[in-house]
Amino acid sequence: MGKTISEKILSEHSGKDVKADDFVIAKVDLCLLQDGTGPLAVKQLEQLGIKKVVNPQGIAVFLDHAAPSPRKELSNDHITLRNFARKTGCYLFEIGEGVCHQIMSELFTSPGNVLVGADSHTCTGGALGAFATGMGSTDVAVAMGLGKTWFRVPQTIKIAVSGKFKPGVYAKDFMLYLIGTLGAEGATYKALEFTGEAMVSLPMSERLVVSNMAVEAGAKAGIFASDKVTKAYLKQHGREEKYREMKSDKDAKFEKVINIEVDKLVPMVSLPHTVDNAKPIDKIGKVKIHQVFIGSCTNGRIEDLKLVAAIWKGRKRDPDTRVIVTPASKDVYLMAAKEGLLETFIEFGATVTTPGCGACVGVHGGILGDGENCISTSNRNFLGRMGNPKSSIYLASPATAAASAIKGEVTDPREYL
Amino acid sequence: MLRGKAWKFGNDISTDLIAPGRYFHLRSDLNELAKHVLEDADPQFASKVAKGDLVVGGRNFGLGSSREHAPTIIKLAGVSCVLAKSFARIFFRNAINIGLPAIECDTDKISAGDELEVNLEKGVIRDVTNKIDLKFAPLPKAMTQILGDGGLVDHIKKHGDFKIE
Repeated sequence: MGKTISEKILSEHSGKDVKADDFVIAKVDLCLLQDGTGPLAVKQLEQLGIKKVVNPQGIAVFLDHAAPSPRKELSNDHITLRNFARKTGCYLFEIGEGVCHQIMSELFTSPGNVLVGADSHTCTGGALGAFATGMGSTDVAVAMGLGKTWFRVPQTIKIAVSGKFKPGVYAKDFMLYLIGTLGAEGATYKALEFTGEAMVSLPMSERLVVSNMAVEAGAKAGIFASDKVTKAYLKQHGREEKYREMKSDKDAKFEKVINIEVDKLVPMVSLPHTVDNAKPIDKIGKVKIHQVFIGSCTNGRIEDLKLVAAIWKGRKRDPDTRVIVTPASKDVYLMAAKEGLLETFIEFGATVTTPGCGACVGVHGGILGDGENCISTSNRNFLGRMGNPKSSIYLASPATAAASAIKGEVTDPREYL
Repeated sequence: MLRGKAWKFGNDISTDLIAPGRYFHLRSDLNELAKHVLEDADPQFASKVAKGDLVVGGRNFGLGSSREHAPTIIKLAGVSCVLAKSFARIFFRNAINIGLPAIECDTDKISAGDELEVNLEKGVIRDVTNKIDLKFAPLPKAMTQILGDGGLVDHIKKHGDFKIE
């Protein structure tokens, strides 16, 4: 019997021939912590009495959720993490360097890796053919201290996507549609594997969007087979030697296969307050938008910013709508500066912030007021997510969010392409 | 045997409702954070919950963030057990890791304020108020082993390594 990508990676990392539903103890290649979950992981490691981590070169700590810190308590959490990194010799990414998932993809994650992160969107790493999954602080503390963790090998749902994306429709729209179809728990405990010509033809920036949002359908992992796109991305980031082929066997056993024709897709919007509350843009009606947020680990990449700049060039934001742009990493920020995108953003009337997660997670840099609506390119619209349970979040692609900033209401991006 | 009063919640209780992001700065002060547990789902909960009480949810309880603070502050508030029709994966694993039993069962028949008794070994929930018994499937062995040791930290401390099967 052939194996899925998850079964292959977890067999290799456990030294056993495993299949879906088996419990395994598997070696962990990479761990990530951020400033929301990291301090608790450090505390749990202390509780365990473990002073050394097994593989410091495979551990990265990110100061990204409160960057720069808006409060003394969070500044003190940052001190805890800086000290931890210094003491253990693991990597530390300071404020402004970027969102953990973006940097993990740029610098660390490779096909065939096991990556565990104390952040639910760690599944982003699946875009590179890794088995990447989100866990809690204690799990990651143990993984750092022992170099391994336990898994139940997931069943895999194959998402076979045919056709070509129409203009104005992106990977984000596809994921909102898929999550709307599967439901917020439709893939709980499962891995999703994305295949078919529409997925194979996606550039890495768009694959990262797809894998990032797998957790919003409840999935443990959202995986792509590695291929020439993976190879080119690794090369672009100076890691070509890390490439290896990673794909499911032809006779691998999938729990089920879901076929989707992407040609039929239109821009999608998730309405408050769940991600699976997704509707085609022409079914939304008139929704006033007070704040537009372009950024996050889902859609803060240079490709997103270029698209947004193309829509905004020569136009002005609606005077009643404020706009926040947060590049996903320092590299993205720099590229945006060098390519003149920042000028377009500023002329348009947007506020550009330090790379990080602040607005998306309701910590700082974009907290909503009572009764306000935000259209966001992030991955979650749960009640209270952006810091205020009396506000509402609409999720959409960067193009839809950009178009909405011009009109001050939810707007079909195809009007501006 | 766990015993307490039921606090009833609906479907899709996210970690943003359990441990709101606006209290992010309290994450290293868990007792303080616990004063805000489930605040956006029921503002009365944190001040009125009594030791031993149970949180009873609908489908997909704990969806969202990996923040282990969510089950931790539910436990710190005195809750003995969380019942739900289904759990989000990371929340479920976190609950077991911190020693908070999370049980999947049909919660429709439980009403807010019902007196409940949970027998983890036998897999039975007794709704004393309604005089009904609800059965649940026992947890997978790996999880009962971790839970039995009091959570993942105690499991590793006790055995020096993973000892799950």
